[in-house]
Amino acid sequence: MSTTTEVSPKSGIINIKVDCLARVEGEGALYVKLKGERIMDVKLKIFEPPRLFEAFLRGRHFSEVPDITARICGICPIAYQMSSIHAIERALGVEIKPEIRALRRLFYCGEWIESHALHVYMLHAPDFLGYQDVIEMAANHKPEVEQALRLKKIGNELVRIIGGREIHPVSACVGGFHRAPSKAELAALRDELAWALDASIATVRLVAGFPFPNFEQDYEFVSLSHPEEYPFNEGRIVSSRGLDIDISQYEDHFMEQHVKHSNALHSVLRERGSYMVGPLARFNLNYERLPEVARQAAEEVGLRPPVLNPFKSIVVRAVELVFACAEAIRLIDEYRAPEEPKVQCVARPSTGAGATEAPRGLLYHRYVLDSSGLVLEGKIVPPTSQNQKRIEDDLWRFIPQLITQPVEEITLRCEQAIRNYDPCISCATHHLKVHLERL
Amino acid sequence: MSSNKPKVAVFKFASCDGCQLSLLDAEDELLAVAGAIDIVYFPEASRRMLKGPYDVTLVEGSITTHHDADRIQQVRRQSKLLVTIGACATSGGIQALRNWKDVNEFVHLVYAKPDYISTLKLSTPIAEHVPVDLEVRGCPINKYQLIEVISALLAGRKPNLPSYSVCIECKRRANVCLAVAVGTPCLGPVTQAGCGALCPSYGRGCYGCFGPMESANTAALAAQFRVLGATEPEIQRAFRSYSAWAWQFRQASEEAQHR
Repeated sequence: MSTTTEVSPKSGIINIKVDCLARVEGEGALYVKLKGERIMDVKLKIFEPPRLFEAFLRGRHFSEVPDITARICGICPIAYQMSSIHAIERALGVEIKPEIRALRRLFYCGEWIESHALHVYMLHAPDFLGYQDVIEMAANHKPEVEQALRLKKIGNELVRIIGGREIHPVSACVGGFHRAPSKAELAALRDELAWALDASIATVRLVAGFPFPNFEQDYEFVSLSHPEEYPFNEGRIVSSRGLDIDISQYEDHFMEQHVKHSNALHSVLRERGSYMVGPLARFNLNYERLPEVARQAAEEVGLRPPVLNPFKSIVVRAVELVFACAEAIRLIDEYRAPEEPKVQCVARPSTGAGATEAPRGLLYHRYVLDSSGLVLEGKIVPPTSQNQKRIEDDLWRFIPQLITQPVEEITLRCEQAIRNYDPCISCATHHLKVHLERL
Repeated sequence: MSSNKPKVAVFKFASCDGCQLSLLDAEDELLAVAGAIDIVYFPEASRRMLKGPYDVTLVEGSITTHHDADRIQQVRRQSKLLVTIGACATSGGIQALRNWKDVNEFVHLVYAKPDYISTLKLSTPIAEHVPVDLEVRGCPINKYQLIEVISALLAGRKPNLPSYSVCIECKRRANVCLAVAVGTPCLGPVTQAGCGALCPSYGRGCYGCFGPMESANTAALAAQFRVLGATEPEIQRAFRSYSAWAWQFRQASEEAQHR
């Protein structure tokens, strides 16, 4: 790990610089500046090179958008496909069939299983257990790592069957899917998903036993909310402080700020500043809509909303694994292959916004289309942009707990606090370094 | 954890992380692979980041900033074998769409304070900056091809990677040709195999995510697209996607642009 510490004996300043934050998606760095027991500065720097998606989407046909936006993120391409598809369908006034809606939910279950299994076991658990990475962890925890890989694999299998491949799947399109799987193809996954459901419950028990710093914050949580179901693709945008809006009103309430130290824009609530999206927000705002089996798993380890300790996000992710496996089984049991995998979509001058729940949180897209269906304007607000300000706010409040610790410990715990958010920096600029400066 | 096993590093430039994720997505093979090699630099997966020299370096992503243009030189100096993985590293990626536009205008479109952003005019493949020993194609790469490359390099043999077109894979899968039977525009005839003819198997035309095959006859395919009723802007867009800056596709899209 590339950490440098500069101590200036005269001024007493200590700079901690983690130049390349590990086990996150993309490239970022953290700079922390301490003077004695005071924090002078905290900056989460995102130097992932800008890729300028919103600019080159202009002039592309709406049918190309889901494949292009998938390329923002190799970890959660389905989220990008789904948010763009929903935004464009809203623009074009397309109504999809219930069978397609159910298949999209099932597709999303696959991505949540794959992404959450990756983060819980391979990216975040090593922090709690004291390893550099999952390979090192495997030396002492082989059964757990094998369980992780098998869980991740079933998530990927689900994505592969529905979408053709795990990363940048090819089947989802505006109006539905290019091809819908047969009942038999999906039913073949059922036994493995039943295993995965049990393994997810075991995961909740395992990670709930990890040591958690005593750190609770008064967050404003933001997520989608749907009257009947735990949110994936549909619902209103709600918050723990009373926000309750249609997706089309998102930009009236949220805005992006461009700060000098980051290639990712910071998103804030116009009225109130930083907020949190992701598993904690979804769990706290939608607990009653979790299926019985997921609520039981949470109850059993004493996890009840509101969960205000971001380090416990790993437990919530595990509960969401339980949910995603149970939901996938239900959807497969009820699956009927649609007669037509997609509905016709006709171009018209229009604007549409869409938001879905990526594994890391709310992902907002808006498109303006012309009469031939070409994109005039696109806007994309990824979850990590929305959490970035909140991550910095957490660090300002968490570092005082650590201030007497050695630099290595401060650095590790800061990284862990960042990984609470499962940040996807490729998304947010569309990497992570920690720099700690002690004055 | 020093050992005599080959030291492998994974470096990232402008990209989506998907190609390096393919290594972690090889769930059945990961522990065996990790047992045969020593992964000493792979920030996406580990806090352990050791300095070179490296026996094999996998490079994901394209060069889009001055900083990265310098960094790839350092990476090359530390690497015995340098393998590029994916469309960004081998051809500039989707972000090479900027190469036909004024990048400053693009930056203004996305960022409120463009002077905070440092970026190059072009998104370019790694081979335009340093010698590359082997290219693995795809957006994303096929994880089995990556494992084949690692296994071959371990065994000291040449990796078995296809150089023919997607059409061959389609025939092997006994797919009905969408271009002939349905009239769907399909980039299969000019696209390098490796995906397993995925899109035609899912009822849609190939969109060229593995980039051009070596001897791609893009002019003949563009002519056929015209027969099928495609307009010049549609042909231009078809060649201008995930491997737009690869010369065969670049030439084809520019021809359509200027007709």
